[in-house]
Amino acid sequence: MKPPPFDYQLADSVSQALDLYARSEGDALWLAGGHSIVPSLALRLQAPSLLIDISRLPELMGITLTEEGLRIGALATHAQILSDPLVRTHAPLLSEAAAHVAHPAIRNRATFGGNLVLADPASEFPAVVRCLDAVFDIVGPEGARQVGVEDFFLDLFTTALEPGEILRSVLIPPAPASLRCGFDELARRHGDFAMVGAAVWLVVAEGVTTEARICFHSVGPTPMRATLVEEALRGRPLAADEINAAQAVLGNDLDPADDVTLPGATRLHLARVLLGRILHRLAGQTAMETAA
Amino acid sequence: MSDRPAHIGQPHLRHNALRHLAGRGAYVSDLQLPRMLHAAFLRSPMAHGLITALDVEEARTAPGVVAVFTAAELNARCKSWTSGLGHFAGMVSVPQNILAEREVLWAGHPVAMVVARSRAEAEDACERILLDLDELEPVSGVDEVLLPGAPLAADGLESNLCFRTELKTEGVAQAFARAAHVVEGDYAFGRHTPVTLEPRAVVADYTPSSGQLTVHHGTQTPYQFQDIYARQFGLPDHKVRVIAPDVGGSFGMKLHLYNEEMAAVAATLILHRPVRFVADRLESFVSDIHAREHHVRARMALDADGTILAMDVEDRTPIGAFSAYPRTSVVEGNQSIRLMGAPYRMPDYRGELKVLFQNKVQASQYRAVGHPIACQVTEALVDQAAALLNIDPWEIRARNVVPDDAYPCTSPTGYQFEKLSHEKSLRLLREMIDYDGLRRDQAELRNAGIHRGIGLATFVEITNPGAAFYGVGGARISAQDGAVVRLTPGGEVHCAISVTEQGQGTETIMAQIVADQLGVNPDQVKVTTGDTDTTPSGGAAWACRGAGIGGETALRAGRKLARRIAEIAGAVLQADPDTLALRDGAVVDAATGVERLTLAEVGRIATYRPETLPAGTDNSLSVAQHFAPTGYPFGFTNGVQAALVEVDVETGMVRLLKHWVVEDCGRIINPLLVDEQIRGGVVQGLGPALFEECLYDENGQLQNGSLADYLVPMACEMPDIIIGHVETPTEDTILGAKGVGEAGTAAAGAAVMNAVNDALSPFGARLMQTPMTPARILAALCVGQG
Repeated sequence: MKPPPFDYQLADSVSQALDLYARSEGDALWLAGGHSIVPSLALRLQAPSLLIDISRLPELMGITLTEEGLRIGALATHAQILSDPLVRTHAPLLSEAAAHVAHPAIRNRATFGGNLVLADPASEFPAVVRCLDAVFDIVGPEGARQVGVEDFFLDLFTTALEPGEILRSVLIPPAPASLRCGFDELARRHGDFAMVGAAVWLVVAEGVTTEARICFHSVGPTPMRATLVEEALRGRPLAADEINAAQAVLGNDLDPADDVTLPGATRLHLARVLLGRILHRLAGQTAMETAA
Repeated sequence: MSDRPAHIGQPHLRHNALRHLAGRGAYVSDLQLPRMLHAAFLRSPMAHGLITALDVEEARTAPGVVAVFTAAELNARCKSWTSGLGHFAGMVSVPQNILAEREVLWAGHPVAMVVARSRAEAEDACERILLDLDELEPVSGVDEVLLPGAPLAADGLESNLCFRTELKTEGVAQAFARAAHVVEGDYAFGRHTPVTLEPRAVVADYTPSSGQLTVHHGTQTPYQFQDIYARQFGLPDHKVRVIAPDVGGSFGMKLHLYNEEMAAVAATLILHRPVRFVADRLESFVSDIHAREHHVRARMALDADGTILAMDVEDRTPIGAFSAYPRTSVVEGNQSIRLMGAPYRMPDYRGELKVLFQNKVQASQYRAVGHPIACQVTEALVDQAAALLNIDPWEIRARNVVPDDAYPCTSPTGYQFEKLSHEKSLRLLREMIDYDGLRRDQAELRNAGIHRGIGLATFVEITNPGAAFYGVGGARISAQDGAVVRLTPGGEVHCAISVTEQGQGTETIMAQIVADQLGVNPDQVKVTTGDTDTTPSGGAAWACRGAGIGGETALRAGRKLARRIAEIAGAVLQADPDTLALRDGAVVDAATGVERLTLAEVGRIATYRPETLPAGTDNSLSVAQHFAPTGYPFGFTNGVQAALVEVDVETGMVRLLKHWVVEDCGRIINPLLVDEQIRGGVVQGLGPALFEECLYDENGQLQNGSLADYLVPMACEMPDIIIGHVETPTEDTILGAKGVGEAGTAAAGAAVMNAVNDALSPFGARLMQTPMTPARILAALCVGQG
């Protein structure tokens, strides 16, 4: 489990990083927290000639509140997502999910941006940012571009990021009033990739769900929106019968495959149980306070 | 000699833990020697195949490479080895060599070895080796492997049956015929693997000028490997030194012979430079022994009032393409069928064992060899009987265990029990867990839709093994241990002993035992272990022998030295040695306690002024003692475990709420270390009950061979483990200690399986397969099956 030989360059700025990449003729990979790429090198799944270390680029750092929403630098660590007061206030779904991601030692090094661009369908954050309708701020040789989350996660470990592009930050739009949201997952051991997990984002006004976004992880090739469930909830009271009805249609949204430890049908059942539990929890909760 | 046992039985801290905490551990994995080279292996990607082409030329010229070896170079250096024990009549296994020559037998079988300046360069060079295989049909199943025409796991086999045996009392058929009730089941146990914190590690170092081979080896049995290296490589055994310093966990995994360690020795014999091999985690999954896949069909006959009459058991256990060396892979199944029903008064028994070959990693002894299988099957049947007869699970056990006043006795499988304490243990457990309170809570919570289960499991553990284990079968595995204890010229004590330390606290208890014989404090006793050049030869660490056999060895050595000290002091004091005793670091008058001579003074006189002693006084302040058990063939221990679990019947998730153990290991030398052995053992039993399983596909490929996918038990999921003791010393030894290292593992899985099934009982669901994964629990509940 030793990586094949590679060169290493530390970049001081985004422009220098892009320049190094251009000179590598495509035979380079970005290195930030290293929690995906280092194992993949040790397993010899990848063998780039060059690793460009972008872990100290100031343009990728910081968590700030702007008029457009909460901007989270790609280099934010999982530990920061878990504990940062701005994230806790303006994107509590992310902090809630972060408690389920791995263990403290990993959270201290692994980066939020690195997790999202890996696009592991078993990972929590992609599902949460899809639920939050995030916008990806990407920079590349042609300049910067913004990509909405619905266009970002394309397939298994595949995103809209082109080779040589860098994810600079992620924008979480402001939370509406009367938002209720919750995250939970079922994992065999704490910190493992879950058998199934779900992020639920509801606007509930006077007991009636007016908007709904529900996104699962570990049930398909990408973070999976449950649009038929969302439709079943919208315009109806958030109450037991409606929750039952929503659970019933989940099988039309998701069709998880069998794997070595879990049949697809069982995984779908677990997703349905988890959905019911989160919705019941939210039904019992008054609307969260949203900061200005 | 000392007349006051002041330290045996006391909770002394494990002193080497301080060194480890301070980062001063000395593991083979950390060892750096001048001119040391690093080995990596090219392994077969297929479970079964024939090598059609192997071209290593490109690897030879890769950066940093010193040598590339194939079977042609290495196997000639080493005699092949074939697994077998004389008392397993009819057992077969094909001969093994360091590297695959023609046929690869499992996915992971080493085919070529690269030795380079660094491990990274060795791995780079492995990628340049060209290997072509013709795939042969792999043997990966169970039911079909003995059918006529089934593919064979290895060339040279006539069938995939390694070993078959049957134990049978005369009255079995009759017992089942007249039984009022029969319960039965098909039980399946998943293959799992030890996963030591420190992987297998070896640095082999041959010095041609002296003809000395030194092997730094992270093993639990250095003397066994000294013998193996000497014999297999044709060296005199005094020229082979095996050093096992700190070892990061063994659990029975580090006493088997592995291709890679033999390759490292062969390579240093050729290259005359130290050669290091440390398995990485992926290699560990495809080369460390796996353990305990069993498929058991079992029945239990009972009379109308729930008295157990007989068991009838068929155990099939697949092991890999050959049996492990030198202990064989048959012992696991042999112990499984012999321990069935062991706690109970059961007059009749039939047990049939079939050990099967497959094209998978070799499977062999692992902590609590055979015990968890016997315990889980027996205890599941007992619970099924309790449910059928509507008897409380505690009550049916209390009625059936061998009564405490019925010893000595012999089990229907031939095990001789000196003295066990099932009744006392069951009573203590009932008190500790507030059994009636737990049952009340369970009933109340059930009404609230919360499904808790209480599981009980009585057990018997095999410890203190004599030569009946391996020696009678012809294996060169020591049944005895040895110690040299000496008084230093300064009046302190040194004990060199053959039992070894892998974190159990061996060195701590030896210091306690020796200290008590010599009237000193344990911190005045330095204990040396794990080096075949500096300690006497012995069995070391396996089958729970350290405290019982090693401890008795240390005790007798200590007493011998105490006698010698009294004789020297008597000569100096002109006193009868019988009137003297050793207390508080001095020779005292035994009757009055008045100090006569300090140990330091004895050391000084015997070392620097021996001419002042009367003629004929033996001034030897070093004494040697060897000891092998001569009474019962094994020292059996017993106990009972209880598990409290909560099952989420919608998700199949199991929460372990609490776990209790009552254990009788005879004389307790150090209660802290005994409890930690039990706790560690329990966790190692809970792992395969809920999490751990090596999953193979039909092509013999391991599907989850990394720590991301193979789930070991972790602290977050583990319950508090409460421990109680009953103490029934063995009368076979002065010390009276028996083993305790495997007790936790023996019954933890059985207790938790019974607890899960107890929780599921309102649903009519029952699990008979481990690990009990959420998917299997939901399947048993017929929930979420599409």
